[in-house]
Amino acid sequence: MSREHLVNLAVVLALVLLPLAAHLMGETYWVTLATRAAVLALAGVGLNIALGQGGLVSLGHAVFFGIGGYAMGILAYHAQTYTPVIESLGLPGTNLMPLIWLVAAMFAALAALMIGALSLRTSGVYFIMITLAFGQMFYFFALSWPTYGGEDGLSIYVRNRFPGVNTLVPIQFYGVVAAVLLLALLLSDRLARSPFGLALAAARQVPARVAAVGLDPQRLKLVAFVLSAALTGLAGALFADLNRFVSPTMFSWHTSGEIMVFVIIGGVGRLMGPVVGAVVFVLLEHLLGGISEYWQIAFGVLLLLIVLFARGGLIGLIAGREKAHG
Amino acid sequence: MAEPVLETKGLTKSFGALRASEDVSIDLRPGEIHAIIGPNGAGKSTLIAQICGALRPDSGDVRFAGADVTALSVRARARRGLARTFQISALAMDHTVLQNVMLGALGARGRPWRFFVPVLSDRGLRETAEAALERVGLSDHAATRTAELSHGQRRQLEVAVALTLRPRAFVMDEPMAGLGAGGSKRLTGFLDGLRTEAPILLVEHDMDAVFALADRISVLVYGKVIATGTVADIRQSDVVREAYLGEGA
Ligand SMILES: Nc1ncnc2c1ncn2[C@@H]1O[C@H](COP(=O)(O)OP(=O)(O)OP(=O)(O)O)[C@@H](O)[C@H]1O
Ligand SMILES: [Mg+2]
Repeated sequence: MSREHLVNLAVVLALVLLPLAAHLMGETYWVTLATRAAVLALAGVGLNIALGQGGLVSLGHAVFFGIGGYAMGILAYHAQTYTPVIESLGLPGTNLMPLIWLVAAMFAALAALMIGALSLRTSGVYFIMITLAFGQMFYFFALSWPTYGGEDGLSIYVRNRFPGVNTLVPIQFYGVVAAVLLLALLLSDRLARSPFGLALAAARQVPARVAAVGLDPQRLKLVAFVLSAALTGLAGALFADLNRFVSPTMFSWHTSGEIMVFVIIGGVGRLMGPVVGAVVFVLLEHLLGGISEYWQIAFGVLLLLIVLFARGGLIGLIAGREKAHG
Repeated sequence: MAEPVLETKGLTKSFGALRASEDVSIDLRPGEIHAIIGPNGAGKSTLIAQICGALRPDSGDVRFAGADVTALSVRARARRGLARTFQISALAMDHTVLQNVMLGALGARGRPWRFFVPVLSDRGLRETAEAALERVGLSDHAATRTAELSHGQRRQLEVAVALTLRPRAFVMDEPMAGLGAGGSKRLTGFLDGLRTEAPILLVEHDMDAVFALADRISVLVYGKVIATGTVADIRQSDVVREAYLGEGA
């Protein structure tokens, strides 16, 4: 077993055991913080498929996060007000999590398909700028959409349901989130080792080679972008459920930036990078956020150190350079 | 005479004021090795880029396997059976040697849309890849990270990837470069047998290899083909000696 495998195993154990311990000690607040970290980690696992596996520097993932959030917000809002989502079809809202997740992931994927098809024609800085521009478009759209709260956002009073679980109990909701996160990690790991993952990683490193063997590097990247968005969208729905609130902030480029930064801190392209990064992010936010509203400066310094001295992020520091899969 | 597998007609390509290809018409016939030689900057790689679809010619056509492919992408030409090796190795450096060859096998199969099965446990891909490594003598390095290969080994790996495509024609840009005497000799022997599988358009600076292998040689100077002929023809040609061989020999 390689060193990274051990580190990964330790992270999984920590994901399961630490919040449980906090729960047993009655530290509900820490359980909620862990839930926040797990949800953000899920968004990061999504981004990591585009960024780490596909080499796509997307500053627009807040779009998918926000779409997931609003999918939850809109469906739950109509469920709590007993009004149809689409008047003419009489389509009702829902407060059932799996259904909300499905809608969130699907709409995020659809948006990614459109945004990706347009922005993948460019690369480098232009790709970053186009994804950023799409993010801002969605942000201003949400700001000016009065039906769902405009800039005030939308509050959902009761947390959504998951069959067999009392989602109002923090540790139970954490269990749902952690299960989704672990599943996403499993899928992401599988993806990296699959034929698709092999071709995608090659498309990231040498697109000319991929074309020369008869595959389409752009299409591989587009599919990666869509899968990545679906996971980040799912995370957005859970984030909204955690806060019982959605607002246009979810769409803002700060959100995109934060996800990207903690993925980089944890380790781009490393399976557990987003998890470690999200935990560090939430911890710093909690520990330093109380002292100063400028706590993000500390976060910025950390980012700088990582980028300068540890290309593999914190996972790279602990586990060494990545072994080629296999 | 059999119809050529690959043919260019009047290919012309300029970069600004520089004529990198000027009215280049060459062909590649079944079973042959056709070598393209010429000094640095003569336009050999530019010609290959147009043949493979990476560069659009300003005018002229490329025909491959009985069809006009001038408007087709790199990918579409590869799918029709055109396999190339790059002058500057284009390999996934973070991948193992085996993974690079499996990418070729995956390309040949043409369906990369399998998301959740490990690629390394795909028997079919693996066997194709391992057979190709065996043929170029890289089996012992299957698990090596490509970035750790020597320059010569990367050249061999380029050839192995091309082999997995089971192509109708090979186009190779200086496969011997950096191989050293022993490596060159080995690869020369290998290419000699390979021509019966598919003809090879071979750009090469190594004259020993070219004279040993080529059925025909075309000499490219300043973007123009100044001579095409057998080894003996080219060796005896005054034009060639003046324009090219003279300065090097
Ligand atoms: N994309 C490009 N833009 C501008 N000029 C180019 C481009 N590609 C090649 N050239 C020029 O075209 C000429 C032919 O280059 P090419 O690479 O085809 O030569 P070559 O025969 O392959 O040389 P070598 O033996 O060094 O590989 C050179 O003068 C080169 O500088
Ligand atoms: Mg060249």
